[in-house]
Amino acid sequence: MNPALLTTTDAVDPVFKFIIWACVLLLGGITATVIWFAVRYRRSCAPEPTSQVENNFWLETIWIVLPSILVLAMFYYGWAGYLTLRTVPKAALPVTATARMWSWSFSYANGKTSPKLVVPVGKPVVMNLVSSDIIHGFFLPAFRVKRDVVPGMKNHVWFVADKVGSYDLFCSQYCGKGHSAMITTVEAVPEAEFAAWLEHKEAAGGVKKSDGARLAKEKGCLACHSLDGSRGVGPTFKGLYHKQTTVLQNGRKLTMTVDDAYIRESIRFPNAKIVEGFQPIMPSIGDLKDVEVDTLVEFIKEVK
Amino acid sequence: MNPQKLPQSSFWNDTGKTGITSWIFSTDHKRIGLLYFYSVLGFFLIAVCLGLLLRIELMAPGRTIMGPQTYNALFTVHGVIMVFLFIIPGFPGAFGNLIMPIQIGARDVAFPRLNLFSWWLYMLGAVIIITALFTGSGPPDTGWTFYVPFSTRTGTNVSLAVFGVFIIGFSSILTGLNFVTTIHRLRAEGMTWTRLPLFVWSLYATAWVQILATPILGITLALVIAERMLGTGLFDAARGGDPIMYQHLFWIYSHPAVYIMILPAMGVISEIIPVFSRKPVFGYKMIAFSSVAIAAAGSLVWGHHMFTSGMSDTAVLVFSFLTFVVAIPSAIKVFNWVSTLYKGSISLEAPMLFALSFLLLFSIGGLTGLILGAAATDIHVHDTQFVVGHFHYVIFGGSGFAFFGAMHYWLPKFYGRRYKEKPALIAWSMMFVGFNITYFCMMVLGMKGMPRRYYDYLPEFAPLNLASTLGSWLLALGLILLLVNLFRGLLRGEPFSGNPWGGATLEWSVATPPPTENFEEEPVVTHGPYDFKSTGIP
Repeated sequence: MNPALLTTTDAVDPVFKFIIWACVLLLGGITATVIWFAVRYRRSCAPEPTSQVENNFWLETIWIVLPSILVLAMFYYGWAGYLTLRTVPKAALPVTATARMWSWSFSYANGKTSPKLVVPVGKPVVMNLVSSDIIHGFFLPAFRVKRDVVPGMKNHVWFVADKVGSYDLFCSQYCGKGHSAMITTVEAVPEAEFAAWLEHKEAAGGVKKSDGARLAKEKGCLACHSLDGSRGVGPTFKGLYHKQTTVLQNGRKLTMTVDDAYIRESIRFPNAKIVEGFQPIMPSIGDLKDVEVDTLVEFIKEVK
Repeated sequence: MNPQKLPQSSFWNDTGKTGITSWIFSTDHKRIGLLYFYSVLGFFLIAVCLGLLLRIELMAPGRTIMGPQTYNALFTVHGVIMVFLFIIPGFPGAFGNLIMPIQIGARDVAFPRLNLFSWWLYMLGAVIIITALFTGSGPPDTGWTFYVPFSTRTGTNVSLAVFGVFIIGFSSILTGLNFVTTIHRLRAEGMTWTRLPLFVWSLYATAWVQILATPILGITLALVIAERMLGTGLFDAARGGDPIMYQHLFWIYSHPAVYIMILPAMGVISEIIPVFSRKPVFGYKMIAFSSVAIAAAGSLVWGHHMFTSGMSDTAVLVFSFLTFVVAIPSAIKVFNWVSTLYKGSISLEAPMLFALSFLLLFSIGGLTGLILGAAATDIHVHDTQFVVGHFHYVIFGGSGFAFFGAMHYWLPKFYGRRYKEKPALIAWSMMFVGFNITYFCMMVLGMKGMPRRYYDYLPEFAPLNLASTLGSWLLALGLILLLVNLFRGLLRGEPFSGNPWGGATLEWSVATPPPTENFEEEPVVTHGPYDFKSTGIP
């Protein structure tokens, strides 16, 4: 990789070191002084106060001026590091991260999508952050970067992985029941391996029927719809097919039987019919291909 | 109940009225102060229990005692109760009412009936919030920040809870108005602005924040209700609204609210440290001025809660700068308190131990705030356990420990009986150690990258979470011992009279417990609040 390239971690960690050391020194000084005074001037040792001094102009001036200089240095240093985080290197690889309750999906310029963020080592990556429902947070602790994913807002964040490895990716903005499970990983791989991965297409015939379970997990369906009949944020998939259910359509109650067309509509247009007792909070998963929808419908029919 | 009869008549009995109505319809600032005290204490204890349950859930990865929905509701309710029902009304309502009128030489606050009305509004809001937990489709699960669009979409009982907070806001505004008027108009003869005790100065600065900032919270919460009920779309990006605007509106109140929580605590510390050092507070004018400076500058730093939100980089620059500016008056206060100890005669009794531990815990809270104020470092620790640890250091280690200090310092004055010293010291040391274990572990977890409001976590975060939970048990045991010892003492302990600690402020010149009228004749103030020498106090 380019040795002159500054990683986001390189930009932030010196600021951490500077501020933490300054804080440790200040806290140590304050603590030591308090303990020293409390011991030295304890009443058994100093029955009467030996001073009634109420102020000292120079002392007070010093401790206004010195901390002011110190905190302004912290401010400047922190701002300089922040600018590095905000300045996207040229030729950064663009990837779109789509956040929804409660999963991530990453799509690349050539149309490839993945539930894990695969990136080439040594090449800066700029993430375009898209939310399909509420506010989430894109957080990579290993790279010291974080940015909220706000509906209707174009946010971005960049980072570069300088070593091969697997790194945690968290949702940092509280988003409800599945917040702490909204985890995936960044897989940093050598550039050649990345290129091969990016061009690799699914096996001929695209999605297989047996992929339904995997898709339901990857696309985040199972975060809300259980397979075992337990009540989640959305209705369970268990025994759903051919079940009598009451839904609200444009505010009117409607009793109907769950069939293929209904499941398909609910995946594409989640808010068209809302099952009674549930909230209209399901996002429409924009990057689903028709064949994937078919696979999901087949999968849901089989959950009994 | 009383082994020895209290020596004289006092506000407990001198009006000849007893029974519950003589309390809940009383306009006496001392009775209202105690009403507030026991109300906020009750809510505090409920929220402590919720906090302990949260810690037990986080003791190990995966499900421990509850599911994710319950966990989310519990941390929301823990936050809402602690913030809106305990610490915001706590200092002004309880100790402000008990102490401030006596400290300025007044018979009562300027508007005693409005004062009672404020307590009723507070209780009404509290009842509405508690009702919201048990009605509708479950307690709110939004976090105490009620961030949109989650709060406008979730099916839980957000609207009612938000309405309760809205009502409590009026209580806070009216208390602020009452205190500003009282401090301007009812000071005794000779009680000049530079003879005002620093606790009163801090309440004065706080009151202005209450008056000016709280209406913005009210409007914001009303908009959330409108969004939920009427679908106004003000915060909905798909309909031309802006979810970030909600965050600005919320923090325009809720950051200054932090100063409503901490400024009076600083005032308490400024009372206790001089008395237990027998020395005038160092730099009186600087401390008084810095209270006002913090209140003013603190109103302009709300954006530092939003560095990762997508707010413009220019806004990040400005808010980061202002955040460091507001750090300076806080630092000045700490240096002044430490200097007050120099060449004093220091007595390490319970109130002083809480005050000195405030200095350390608040310093840790303040210094870790510098990490959050610097733009580069904030990005990494924002919305992590680091923030949770940081604000508990400020609000619990700071305001909370000051509140316990104030309980040990002032409550004996109103009961005429006192607690035992030794159990108080043991309770304090347990709490101090337990506190640091609980919250320091959280800060380390945040540095390692564990986000906040997390029901479950990766195995790498397990050891520190376990340590934090164990720390919380020590903290809780200390708290139980503190309360048992304190209230046992207030009801059945040794008599407490006169001025045993040698305070020079006016509350130590009135009878113990004070009569309803406070002063037998109108006091004339001839010396400063920390002038121990000329008052001839030992």
